[in-house]
Amino acid sequence: MLRRRLNRLFGGDEKRVDSRTIYVGNRPCPATETFIPPKFCDNRIVSSKYTIWNFLPKNLFEQFRRIANFYFLIIFLVQVIVDTPTSPVTSGLPLFFVITVTAIKQGYEDWLRHKADSEVNKYPVRVLEDGQPARKDSEKIKVGDIVEVVEDETFPCDLILLQSSRDDDTCFVTTASLDGESNHKTHYTVPDMEKDLQSLSATIECEQPQPDLYKFVGRMHIYKPEHDPAVRSLGPENLLLKGATLKNTKKIYGVAVYTGMETKMALNYQGKSQKRSAVEKSINAFLLVYLCILISKAVVCTTLKYVWQSQDGQDEPWYNQKTEKEKGTILYVKMFTDFLSFMVLFNFIIPVSMYVTVEMQKFLGSFFITWDRDFFDPEIEEGALVNTSDLNEELGQVEYVFTDKTGTLTQNNMEFIECCIDGFQYTAFSSELDSFCVTDGPVSTFQEKAGREKEELFLRALCLCHTVQVKEAGPDELGGDQVDGPASEPLRPAEQRGFIASSPDEVALVKGAMRYGFTFLGLESKTMKIKNWQNDVEEYELLHVLNFDPVRRRMSVIVRSKSGDTLLFCKGADSSIFPRVRPEEVERIRMHVQRSATEGYRTLCVAYKRLSVDEYAAADAGLREARLALQDREEKLMAVYNQVETAMSLIGATAVEDRLQEEAAQTMEALQGAGMKVWVLTGDKMETAKSTCYACRLFRRSTELLELTVRTLESGGRRREEMLHDLLFDFHRKAVQDAPPARAGVNRSWSSANPEYGFIVDGAALALVMNPSPDTNCSRYRSLFLQICQNCTAVLCCRMAPLQKAQIVKMVKNSKGSPITLSIGDGANDVSMILEAHVGIGVKGKEGRQAVRNSDYAIPKLKHLRKLLLAHGHLYYIRIAHLVQYFFYKNLCFILPQFLYQFFCGCSQQPLYDAAYLTMYNICFTSMPILAYSLLEQQIAIEVLLDNATLYRDIAKNAMLRWGPFLYWTVLAVFQGLIFFFGVKYLFSNPALQDNGQVFGNWSYGTIVFTVLVFTVTLKLALDTRHWTWINHFVIWGSLAFYVVFSFFWGGIIWPFLKQQRLYFVFFNMLSSVSAWLVIILLIVLSLLPDILLGVLRKPRGPHTQQLSKESLLYVDRYGNGARRFPLAVTCSWRHSG
Amino acid sequence: MMASSYNAKEEDGHHSGSVGPGGPGTGKSKKPDNTAFKQQRLPAWQPILTAGTVLPAFFAIGLIFIPIGIGLFVTSNNIREFELDYTGVEMSSPCFNCSQTYSWNNSCRCSVPFTLEQPFESNVFMYYGLSNFYQNHRRYVKSRDDSQLNGDKRFLTNPSKECEPYRMNDKMPIAPCGAIANSLFNDTLELYYVYPNGTKTAIHLVKTDIAWWTDKHVKFRNPAGNNDNLTITFQETTNPINWHKPVYELDPTEPDNNGFINEDFIVWMRTAALPTFRKLHRIIQKKDSLTPTLPPGNYTLDIAYNYPVRSFDGRKRMILSTISWMGGKNPFLGIAYITVGSVCFFLGVVLLVIHHKYGNRSSNAEIPN
Repeated sequence: MLRRRLNRLFGGDEKRVDSRTIYVGNRPCPATETFIPPKFCDNRIVSSKYTIWNFLPKNLFEQFRRIANFYFLIIFLVQVIVDTPTSPVTSGLPLFFVITVTAIKQGYEDWLRHKADSEVNKYPVRVLEDGQPARKDSEKIKVGDIVEVVEDETFPCDLILLQSSRDDDTCFVTTASLDGESNHKTHYTVPDMEKDLQSLSATIECEQPQPDLYKFVGRMHIYKPEHDPAVRSLGPENLLLKGATLKNTKKIYGVAVYTGMETKMALNYQGKSQKRSAVEKSINAFLLVYLCILISKAVVCTTLKYVWQSQDGQDEPWYNQKTEKEKGTILYVKMFTDFLSFMVLFNFIIPVSMYVTVEMQKFLGSFFITWDRDFFDPEIEEGALVNTSDLNEELGQVEYVFTDKTGTLTQNNMEFIECCIDGFQYTAFSSELDSFCVTDGPVSTFQEKAGREKEELFLRALCLCHTVQVKEAGPDELGGDQVDGPASEPLRPAEQRGFIASSPDEVALVKGAMRYGFTFLGLESKTMKIKNWQNDVEEYELLHVLNFDPVRRRMSVIVRSKSGDTLLFCKGADSSIFPRVRPEEVERIRMHVQRSATEGYRTLCVAYKRLSVDEYAAADAGLREARLALQDREEKLMAVYNQVETAMSLIGATAVEDRLQEEAAQTMEALQGAGMKVWVLTGDKMETAKSTCYACRLFRRSTELLELTVRTLESGGRRREEMLHDLLFDFHRKAVQDAPPARAGVNRSWSSANPEYGFIVDGAALALVMNPSPDTNCSRYRSLFLQICQNCTAVLCCRMAPLQKAQIVKMVKNSKGSPITLSIGDGANDVSMILEAHVGIGVKGKEGRQAVRNSDYAIPKLKHLRKLLLAHGHLYYIRIAHLVQYFFYKNLCFILPQFLYQFFCGCSQQPLYDAAYLTMYNICFTSMPILAYSLLEQQIAIEVLLDNATLYRDIAKNAMLRWGPFLYWTVLAVFQGLIFFFGVKYLFSNPALQDNGQVFGNWSYGTIVFTVLVFTVTLKLALDTRHWTWINHFVIWGSLAFYVVFSFFWGGIIWPFLKQQRLYFVFFNMLSSVSAWLVIILLIVLSLLPDILLGVLRKPRGPHTQQLSKESLLYVDRYGNGARRFPLAVTCSWRHSG
Repeated sequence: MMASSYNAKEEDGHHSGSVGPGGPGTGKSKKPDNTAFKQQRLPAWQPILTAGTVLPAFFAIGLIFIPIGIGLFVTSNNIREFELDYTGVEMSSPCFNCSQTYSWNNSCRCSVPFTLEQPFESNVFMYYGLSNFYQNHRRYVKSRDDSQLNGDKRFLTNPSKECEPYRMNDKMPIAPCGAIANSLFNDTLELYYVYPNGTKTAIHLVKTDIAWWTDKHVKFRNPAGNNDNLTITFQETTNPINWHKPVYELDPTEPDNNGFINEDFIVWMRTAALPTFRKLHRIIQKKDSLTPTLPPGNYTLDIAYNYPVRSFDGRKRMILSTISWMGGKNPFLGIAYITVGSVCFFLGVVLLVIHHKYGNRSSNAEIPN
């Protein structure tokens, strides 16, 4: 995924060399002698994977590519082919079930895709043929066709806008289904287009399809018989993307340039990358161990079998002759089939049902996230969203949290706070209510300050320098309200005012200007209207918009006033404006900007420039030329922009507040308390980000900040590289070498002995670290940098490009110990890091839904992250870890007696248990309790988990699935398996177990072992269950009852379909024997004894997990309070005591 | 999910369109239900394993298990059991000759004298025991046809494939087929009490009630037809290769014990769990309450030595045993119960000590916190 992005970024040049030529209307053009209709793909969208014909083979192939499925298939085939102890049904049935369910699910999903595809492909569209619109299916559109689209229709393919029904040659679209931005975007027709499309003879030259939605370069040659061919430049503003919807425009005509799978939407489609959780990796490792156990068991048995057979008279005693067929087989073939038979006999050690149960647990478990009312946000009327259930447990393993600032830590709800004009500060109304009180209008606030002219200029700049649109319904509404005067304006909420913009800052600024009395009325056919203090409407002709981009960090407009002056207004980040204005103006304003920034406001500087006629002509020409360029258009544009935006004069600065999210500080504190390292990755400027960090308590007063930014790099007056080198080593010495070994950050909140470090790095410095000049050793810097970062309690990365965010995440992800990372963000710029991290969380914020779409989990607010990780993540991890360990455990002690039995039956693959028991054990007798456990268990109550973030550390680093616990479970299983088998074996040294002297046979033996087994593993789970809801009771006791009932039933009837009535009345006879009862009870108690003992012994010493329960018990003891739930007071006092 | 409409669906409905666990799409109100289950707030019992709860359990287990163990041990010790190996391996053994000159057709007789030191008071059960005989070998265990034994006519003449190579003999189907039936134990054991004056009286051996009731009455059935005419019923079949006589002559004297429902046969057909096993052969009923069933003294076991075990190094035993409520003699259970009970008790004591010491320490450590 990332590689693709990088390719796109760096390898884009080769692609752009290759361009395609499109003949508009598929008509030959005079300039080209021979018209060869170019071959492009048709407009069919195929997102489905299968067709009816290839579904079965392809789906089966896909499924059996999974190693587990393949393994079970092999086992099944062996059972079919070789004469094995168990019938193929025992493994075939579960496998068939799993495969069928999966196939049905995938088939259904594919059917949905087919339906969606055909809905799109068969959608009727109108294509101009000989000047008349003809109805066609969408899939029949060819490149070069002229397509008609009416209002509220989606575009059937990527179109170049030729003609619009609107007067100003624009049309509005919304790209909600592409990038989630629901605002209306304006697109323009190709300039100076003829009205008669029928007679249009033109070619379009454009780049080959590429997935970037916001990039497009092309050129249109228009041929007219009597003129030279005219050339028009085409940019993204001319391109209508498939999937976008036409709005507020009656009808448009466009020529198809990219169709079908070559449209930008199709190219942007990518399967969600498969993220695998750490638990899954553990499962695979354990699986491998068990596979080894399985194979070695089979090998041991096969060897022993042949050793045993080599003794006299054992291979083929007179009472047990071989068949002719057996006698005929070659020894080695026989050995091999014996080996396979043993594999089959022991294959239950790796059960199919584990995969089913794990999948079910994940799928069902994730519902608890969507169901959680605490995640419900009344504002947006939505709760949490789970996009993938594969990562539930990963939420309990997070070590690094990468968070976006704007919209995630902060609300992205901009409010104009203050401005500074010509060095004088104007504090605006802190809230809308205040402004209402100022009855005599905002004019009063400006008294005795900067010159009135400057003020007006500043406000005009705010009103003009933006890309805000007024909603269509706006004008009349506005007209009615004009007379009320500016004072009442702010009363009306933003929604009613109807400003739409891609960035909330701009709306805040326009609204701020409105409060001061300058109202932006809208943009109509390149004329911007604003209403000034005198309620006069001023009109400006919009000549050029020099768009905002994150590299320049500023935007400009060039307008012409009624009086004929050409003005350039520019607003942008201080760092990008200050170098471009006259230095003497800077100092007055810099102070204000910095002060505002330290208070956490987002600041923008506003500058203007009066362009002389010549200057404008030059700029105009430059811009037009650059826009026409087919290659390197962006670079050329950038150059012109930079050229134009110089020698401006600074008017003032604005400060916009972006409020912190609710409980942002508490959430961050909780995450840090849980041992997670929080890194803030933002595109914002350092001061603002830093103050946000302070506000979120990521940095504290005691935190020593290490800054690796452009400022510190350039302060020494030396070369950046040298400075970088020095700083890196300096910081490394401070943070890494002098710090006490390891555990830097771990004890942070509780001991203040160690100095805390906060690390600040900005994009430019990061670029130096990541891609230093060739003479320095890059890997050294990177590792130094990483070490510094890891030893700091909080890291702030500011001025980050989206790709750099992903780079950082990737660096941490691949560092030593491969820590689990989590990215949380709300905007399109966070998508790359959300995709890169182990767990991606989308905040359902204001910047569209792209982050949510690409995330694994989406939550409405940042504060929900706390519960998601500390409570849900913790519980999910404990649950699934226990599930996995328990599954391996119960199957090992299931199969071990069967293995041991081989030593007593001449290694003849005689199964110990009846086939029904072999099959049902994992499916019916022992599966439901663990499933219920893995859905409902709460070893520690949710409230306690939320209040004590430190508990999260107990399960860090996959604590419950490391080799230690695995070994414990394995040893326990072996111990119990031995007890089961040998306990019953000693009992059977005299098989006369009934009071009538009758004897038991081998099936009774197996049934006794199996009964002990089922009861022991179920009771073992009952011992581990700390949270007994009625469901647990029902399922645990229900399973045991079911086992008993089933055994009676199974042994109570002569089943006509069975070849052998092995268990006929075996269970009943077993129960009629007192000895059998006694041995069952004895063995169950004995098997559970070590577990109970360890449970008791471990508790007092166990460091954290039980600390709380112990604490509460103490509390209970001390105060004689017998409440079962932990009283709130305990947890509170606990927190304070720390 | 490339097609736009599919995407759009997800966009609009947030939950409804998603295939994954995007929520049940409850419709109007998107706020999740406030049910205890969905909010994970089901009322729950939350037991915690602490020394306080476990200690009494340990002591209780100890206190219950030790008496049970003692009871079992005593019971097991009170059971009289006498075992007699008559394989005839040693030269001195009376059956040495028979074991050497074994042939299936030629019955060889030998008698082994033995002495019972103690009286056998209640009913005495006579078992025969075999060693190193793998009745639990897979090839052996599956070599039977339960449908045939259940009296299904179709399988009488066409036994299951599992019976190979004991399925057909001379193109006649074998009834009962299979290796198990074929190797039916066919030594005849007769027990004589030798009076001090040298005269012998045969002890009456009962040959019924030695098999499971359900086996005898349900699982094993002679093929439908007149029970008297078993000869006719089985006429299309032949007897197993190693048998002297056809199945309908297993017990000609008693029709209820003949054919497939012969109890010796049924007992044999219940395959043993381990290679050393014993099977119930005969029952010696107690006559009256005054005299013991088997008074101490000299006895002779007369054997019709038919069953060869030397080829696989096997042993044959005759076992006389009384039976208690726990079955035959087996000291294992009693010892195990006593051991486990003692261990629990001991652990309880150890835990108590630890808990006592630790409990003080922990509360001390807790307070300054």
